[in-house]
Amino acid sequence: MIIYGVALLSICTLLGVLIGDLLGAAIGVKANVGGVGFAMLLLLFVSEHLKGRGRFVQQSSQGVAFWTAMYIPIVVAMAAQQNVLGAIKGGPMALIAGALATVVCFALIPVIDRIGRPKPQLAEQQPSGQHRPGETA
Amino acid sequence: MTGTLDTLTNVLVKNGLLTAFAVVGITMWVSYVLSARLTRGHLQGSALAIMLGLLMAYIGGVVTGGKNGVVDLKLLSGVGLLGGAMLRDFAIVSTAYGATLTDMRKCGVSGIVSLFLGVVLSFVVGGAVAMAFGYTDAVSIATIGAGAVTYIVGPVTGAAIGASSELIALSIAAGLVKSVMVMIGTPFFAKYIGLDNPRTAMVFGGMMGTTSGVCGGLAAVDPKLVPYGAMTSTFYTGLGCLMGPSVLFFATRALIG
Repeated sequence: MIIYGVALLSICTLLGVLIGDLLGAAIGVKANVGGVGFAMLLLLFVSEHLKGRGRFVQQSSQGVAFWTAMYIPIVVAMAAQQNVLGAIKGGPMALIAGALATVVCFALIPVIDRIGRPKPQLAEQQPSGQHRPGETA
Repeated sequence: MTGTLDTLTNVLVKNGLLTAFAVVGITMWVSYVLSARLTRGHLQGSALAIMLGLLMAYIGGVVTGGKNGVVDLKLLSGVGLLGGAMLRDFAIVSTAYGATLTDMRKCGVSGIVSLFLGVVLSFVVGGAVAMAFGYTDAVSIATIGAGAVTYIVGPVTGAAIGASSELIALSIAAGLVKSVMVMIGTPFFAKYIGLDNPRTAMVFGGMMGTTSGVCGGLAAVDPKLVPYGAMTSTFYTGLGCLMGPSVLFFATRALIG
């Protein structure tokens, strides 16, 4: 039944948000820490597990698929309620601070992306962990 | 005539969520038609729809003087429910259904590095701009720097270190600029940073952080990438709220004296 998928999605989201709120409270932060992330991991684990045992049938997954398809319309609705006027009214300093932070971080994405990515030709030349370059005795 | 109009308004307001479905659906349709006719598909329909949404939010703000875009118009208050935190989180989580753990593990260290670097770098850049504009005290610089992290980290940090409400408003504005820029700019610049695979999407989520911006931007690039960007960006605001009023503020105070 489609409602099984919707219910599973709801339970995962609620549990994830709960974990995020508890984690935030535990470390003294007034925000939800990674709630959606935990919920996503939960959904991943549980649906894999159920699919493996043949418990999650096509119809149930339609209950999840519907909301995936609704994602972009929901983002549009979210965009329509942003305080765009506030962003523009904040004056040049707010504009420059936000814009510059965006540009700098965006430009560095390819650099960070390279970290830990296996390089085909250098894969065998990795230092053995104990030995660091420049630390010869 | 006014009677009929009143009745219509009443029906639309009472069934706010349905009104929102209709309005957003029509917006999507208009965007896809415009995308195909005017840009021959070069500018994705969903990217155009998000821009239309932002434009409507701007108009809503001008007309009502409120802070919630079109939601401050009584007739469109249902958009607040459709695009609110509850259904937004619900839909983001649902995208995980199409993701795989193997792809997420591939990101590894670079995902964590991107989170820390994204928060610290945004803070430093924001703080530097504040200094360039003549702010000299650690509280002001840290609050504006935190605003450049996200519009949630700004007020959380500002409130914790005792910033004035004007400063907090400025920090929210800086965060909003970031969120709007990421939403609009990502589809245009995605190809220059190789944003076409799960791994880069996770780094993107960690570097930019602003969940609304990241998820809106990725939706317009490739909806399949949304879960990966969402996964890292969801930890970004939490990390920012943790570091802003503590490590980053102390570092600022130590540097400024």
